[in-house]
Amino acid sequence: MDYVFYWGVVYKAMPQLLSGAFTTLHVSILSMFAGIIIAIFLALGKMSDSKILYGIANTWIEIARNTPALFQIYMAYFGLGAFGIHLSPYLAVFSALVFVNSGYLAETFRGGFQSIPKTQYSASKSLGMTTFQVYRHVILPQMFRRIYYPLTNQFVWSILMSSLGILVGMNELSGETQRLQSLSFRTLEFFMVAAAMYFVITKFVLISADLISKRIFKGDI
Amino acid sequence: MNLFTPLSWHDSGFILTGILNTVYISLVAIIIGTVLGLVIGFLRAESNRFANIIIGNILDILRSVPLIIQLILFSTYIGAMGHPLDPFFAGSIVLSLYTMAFMSEVFRGGFESVLPSMRTAARSLGMTYWQTVWYIRLPIGMRAVFPSWLGVALSVIKDSALVSVIGYMELLRTSEQLISRTQQPLMILLGVGLFYFIISYPLSLYGKHVERKMAI
Repeated sequence: MDYVFYWGVVYKAMPQLLSGAFTTLHVSILSMFAGIIIAIFLALGKMSDSKILYGIANTWIEIARNTPALFQIYMAYFGLGAFGIHLSPYLAVFSALVFVNSGYLAETFRGGFQSIPKTQYSASKSLGMTTFQVYRHVILPQMFRRIYYPLTNQFVWSILMSSLGILVGMNELSGETQRLQSLSFRTLEFFMVAAAMYFVITKFVLISADLISKRIFKGDI
Repeated sequence: MNLFTPLSWHDSGFILTGILNTVYISLVAIIIGTVLGLVIGFLRAESNRFANIIIGNILDILRSVPLIIQLILFSTYIGAMGHPLDPFFAGSIVLSLYTMAFMSEVFRGGFESVLPSMRTAARSLGMTYWQTVWYIRLPIGMRAVFPSWLGVALSVIKDSALVSVIGYMELLRTSEQLISRTQQPLMILLGVGLFYFIISYPLSLYGKHVERKMAI
């Protein structure tokens, strides 16, 4: 059977697709920021001596890492309804992304922090630095270098995972594609263009992350 | 009259089918993906820069387009071309290729982790090229990347939930249907989450344990 490709519809719907792509970027960037902030607390909790804090952080991290992303989005969208919380599709995807991002990033941060030998802390102290200075000039810069690539990977991963918004009717790139193809029945064309857009977005993020890293980590590693 | 019937023991067979289907498609994808990934990882470790860039870019397409889009695209494509496939086959083809893209990177790292001096030593003992590959590089390299392999395999089990969008009756889809009948989303979803957790958590702990043991 022959299938006749018809790109005119897609071309006409380009503004909607682009606005979908914008929503995709915007939900992933916001969820990264929120995720980073929560992840710092989770990492601190996991390294703390308090059993309760450790327990909370550990449970959060392990649930986020060991259940499918789709399950988390369903949980936010359908499951929370049982508690009388009804989230909009955007908020459901956003909160699921924040939940997962913070779980994964907490482990990244913890690993980055623990990879720096404790002796560096004592050495800087013995040079007369204050605790703030030690973190500002010695520990955090090194830590940032180690978590830079995991951070970019996580960002790319959130862009890709936000595509699950299609299942809860969110208006990001995939959801928008789904809506537009159901108006015109040009499923193949629309999803091909969406795939190309995702490819371009992720490539762009990865390449610019690489360029930035060459600039800020000049000379070492 | 109540339109919705609550969850009962009669549903256990239905849920079990979903669980088995999830396990089945994940195993198929992991096995095929590992074999293909091993071949491609080896090719990438052996080929020159130019060939590497080409293979790398093709694999990048698989890695930077969301799995859900790949699934929809593939199943509509074969449908539009006049050869519709069973959701299981369509799903396992896409999931295996997706797994392959990640596995090849893991195995490439494994092959490259075996030092050239070790290969030279093996060759100077009179081993042929393929003997060094089979007896030296494969066992040593693969052991080094086992934790990463396990990580990818675990993510495939979790990603297999997405095959539900093209109509394969895996666990999440069965639970979706149960939810629409019973209207008890919380309980059913918690059960589903628990199932994935029970499979994934012990394996991830084991992976961490192996990693720690190798680090020492």
